[in-house]
Amino acid sequence: MTTFRFVVAVMPRAGILDPQGRAVEGSLPHLHATEVHDVRVGRRIELAVDAADAGAARSIVDRLAGELFANPLIEAWRVEALGEPVA
Amino acid sequence: MRVGVVVFPGSNCDRDALHGVELAGGEPVALWHEEPDLHGAEVVILPGGFAYGDYLRAGVLARFSPVMQAVRDHAAGGGLVLGICNGFQVLAEAGLVPGALLRNASLRFEHRWVRLAVERTDTPFTRAVPAGMTLRLPIAHGEGNFFLPDAELDALEARGGVVFRYAPPEGNPNGSARDIAGVIDRRGNVCGLMPHPERAAEPLLGSADGLLLLRSLVAGGLAAAAA
Amino acid sequence: MTIVETAVPATDLATPLHRALGLTDEELAAIGARLGRAPNDLELAMFSVMWSEHCSYKSSRPWLRRLPGAGRGVVAGQGENAGVISIGDGLAVAFKLESHNHPSAVEPYQGAATGVGGILRDIFTMGARPIAVLDALKFGDPDDERTRHLVRGVVHGVGGYGNCVGVPTVGGELVFDPSYRDNPLVNVMAVGLLEERHLTRAAAPGPGNAVVLFGSATGRDGIGGASVLASATFNETSAAKRPTVQVGDPFAEKLLIEASLELIEGGLVEGLQDLGAAGITCAVSETADRAGTGILVDLDVIPRRETGMTPVEVMISESQERMLAIVRPALVADVEGVCRRWGINATVIGRVTDDGAIRIVSGATELARIPAAALTSDAIVYQREARAPVHERAAPAPGVHRELLETEPGLPERGMDPGAVLLALLGHPNLCSRAWLTTQYDETVGADTVEAGEHGAAVLRVRGTPRALVMATDACAGVASQDPYLGAALAVAECTRNVAVTGARPLGVTDCLNYGDPGRPEAFWAFTEAIRGVADACRALELPVTGGNVSFYNESGSGAIAPTAQIGVVGLLDDIDRRVGPVFRSAGDVIGLLGSTTPGLAGSVYASLAGASLDDRPPGLELGRERALQELLIEAAAQGLLASAQDVSGGGLAIAIAEGCIWSGLGAELDLAVGSTPALELFGEAPSRAVVSTTPEAWERLADLAAGRGVPLERMGRVGGDRLHIRLIGLAATGAAEERGAGVADDVDVPVGALEHAWTAGLPRALGEEA
Repeated sequence: MTTFRFVVAVMPRAGILDPQGRAVEGSLPHLHATEVHDVRVGRRIELAVDAADAGAARSIVDRLAGELFANPLIEAWRVEALGEPVA
Repeated sequence: MRVGVVVFPGSNCDRDALHGVELAGGEPVALWHEEPDLHGAEVVILPGGFAYGDYLRAGVLARFSPVMQAVRDHAAGGGLVLGICNGFQVLAEAGLVPGALLRNASLRFEHRWVRLAVERTDTPFTRAVPAGMTLRLPIAHGEGNFFLPDAELDALEARGGVVFRYAPPEGNPNGSARDIAGVIDRRGNVCGLMPHPERAAEPLLGSADGLLLLRSLVAGGLAAAAA
Repeated sequence: MTIVETAVPATDLATPLHRALGLTDEELAAIGARLGRAPNDLELAMFSVMWSEHCSYKSSRPWLRRLPGAGRGVVAGQGENAGVISIGDGLAVAFKLESHNHPSAVEPYQGAATGVGGILRDIFTMGARPIAVLDALKFGDPDDERTRHLVRGVVHGVGGYGNCVGVPTVGGELVFDPSYRDNPLVNVMAVGLLEERHLTRAAAPGPGNAVVLFGSATGRDGIGGASVLASATFNETSAAKRPTVQVGDPFAEKLLIEASLELIEGGLVEGLQDLGAAGITCAVSETADRAGTGILVDLDVIPRRETGMTPVEVMISESQERMLAIVRPALVADVEGVCRRWGINATVIGRVTDDGAIRIVSGATELARIPAAALTSDAIVYQREARAPVHERAAPAPGVHRELLETEPGLPERGMDPGAVLLALLGHPNLCSRAWLTTQYDETVGADTVEAGEHGAAVLRVRGTPRALVMATDACAGVASQDPYLGAALAVAECTRNVAVTGARPLGVTDCLNYGDPGRPEAFWAFTEAIRGVADACRALELPVTGGNVSFYNESGSGAIAPTAQIGVVGLLDDIDRRVGPVFRSAGDVIGLLGSTTPGLAGSVYASLAGASLDDRPPGLELGRERALQELLIEAAAQGLLASAQDVSGGGLAIAIAEGCIWSGLGAELDLAVGSTPALELFGEAPSRAVVSTTPEAWERLADLAAGRGVPLERMGRVGGDRLHIRLIGLAATGAAEERGAGVADDVDVPVGALEHAWTAGLPRALGEEA
């Protein structure tokens, strides 16, 4: 078995009200960062999976991302490998 | 009428709900989250609180606990399930009622007394409510901002899926789409709402309007059992 | 957040370890005397946290003994985790007030959250289910952006924790004063209900019993927090102290509450102690010392959250949401079973011994051996010097004309429009609606809250009985900064009065005393004066002080805070249906003032707006009158004579009446005889007064009752209409209008809607969050 590490980035879907992002954006003028816009706030999940190969590990993470980490009704997600696998 | 109240780790309105069921004339029984068994309950309440700390997303971790399999089976068989506040969030995450509960538009926890228009009094959850009556109940949540895409909202409204709506004078406290405070599933036996009927079941506590919902449930369960 | 590498600061030859840990040379010698040898590094670290001001009360202990502790029904008092008083039917109430000031100044959200967590643990450790939280918050000027950041963080933290554990936050105080700018006060009171037979002590009896640690694993959180944060003056090094902030997990606490109560109700524990400041070291030494036993700790089995932790770090970590239980060996498996059911880790980390020593072993090595008493009851005590400061007159408020200040006593102020002043006071950040804050708190979870929030004392019914618990917390820092004795005594008077106006009989008092550096004689004097004030007031009202907390070092570069004796009171209402609220009930009811107005505007909110005469003093307090008033209020409520009752405090009589109007939507028409000046009569904060309303039929009975008890009762007017109209009558009321010319009325005459608007808009406006 090899240990694979992943990061799952979960973001509010386009068009979903993102009050956190709006609040962050609202505070930008205080920091004189008026050139910054389109702020969205999401969540990042890191995890390690023991699996025979990268494909198997990834399919486990893909399933969890859709069932647990993100609510598909309101959130989109992206899975990325994190670092090198450890045997 | 035996009414089960699920106790998740982090539930904090379970005792209030058990007490409310008793006031409504039901026989309350606590259901432990680790047991996929309803212990003969004919009606199930998912109470408020912060199940599993509401970590990750409100309601999502509770959705995977063993008792929820029994709740799903119960619902699939036409049994009544009511989700209150966090319980509504669990039902929505589990897909047993439509929609998602986003963070309140204010980005704050909101505790307020609100008024609810009861859109349907022909459901097992509302049958004891006189038509046209608005209910006064408290809300207490950080994520109660009901969301569905517009097209799905239209469909939900068309099939009579909206049971409770925030009403004047206080109005919508959390930014919910179309002021929706509570919905019912397509079959009409699973209902979720954000306000707390169990906290408004005695005049001493400021309102007894919530008792009408709990009484409906107890009576509705009887009807379902007879059917 | 990075965490400090080690608890023991790097030392060099110039800085001996004990000094780096905050111990003086004298303390090192005292430690050596108690051990009969020099301490090793671990022992020194354990002493350093236990002998910190926060844990040892080394400056305050001799003075705290002066507080009256005995009283009717007290089943646990000072020295326990919380006071417990019997309320009949085998039930008892547990309550305590505690500070979390310094952690909240460093990290407002986590500081406030863990403050709530800590005080809740004190309550359920006694075997009580927490039923209510009250928060007393003090900040600097609300215009200040840093203050706003602190307010938002603290309120969010109190709510975030309390809402999640499912304990309603039902009341408290929010006060702004420039002296709190760099050193906000976060005092939290918790109240719990228990069956008396479940009363549990934080003691470790029975040599051979197992010592079980349960709850979260031990990490490097808050290393040295108790000694470093709460026991030193707050200054520019705050950024460096950030790593010692603990992070709260209310979900873990909720599980801990349920598991602990199940353990107690199942009779599975001999003693129970929560882990707070100084972590395991404090819990084992205090429980052993209370029982006259010792505890042997096996360091190696303590579950850790991080690798590479040193023995010092494990022993003094302040990781949150941990408990220590003393368990008979035969019941250990049952205890583990209950914890497992709640998803909580439980580990036997040692056993009770009969040698009176705290011993820490790792493998075959004994790392520390200290008499338990040396860490707790026999810790060093200081006789601090107390010296009254040279009297300084308060500077006049900026922008106040000298001629205004030099008004001769007895003459009306020139240029005051009392209606406009009333509106300004109603919108004042210290008097206006707290809805901005209370809507962020779950007030109704638990389904026992009858009254909560901003209308005075909170009322919670006791399920299954006709009774209710009534609770409040108050301080009078405005007066205390001029006279700390009077300020403390007034706080006791006001807080008990707040409870008594509902008809409830106060049962007991908890206090949280917030002062400056005890090494400064003037600051220590303020503390000793407060002790005297609390003690005198409690003796006169025959109330026990059942415990509380002392917080010193509330100073910053810009000076010390206003000396703040925060008082918490719990009372019992025998018949909840006889409770009296502050809201006017019906048009036509008669409004009266109980008690008499005495001179003194200093320290009032009015004075903070308008300035006060340089010669003015705060209003005096006659405890005999206070007691007579409270007895009368309780009796009148029991007889069902009162339609409403509201104590006169911040903002004075006019505010008390205006609140009755705002909350009922009803107007009032009154005549106020002005014997001194309109400002004093309307806005003075003289104690021992209450505004009451009755039906016309009940008025004579109330008047007879008041006369019989020697409490003045003045008939002022009636409830009705949609305006608040107070006519000022009497010699002293005239003249002002003449001097200002025509067109300015001396009366207060304001629509209730305008009163409500001013009151509602105040806080969002002050915090810059107007909708």
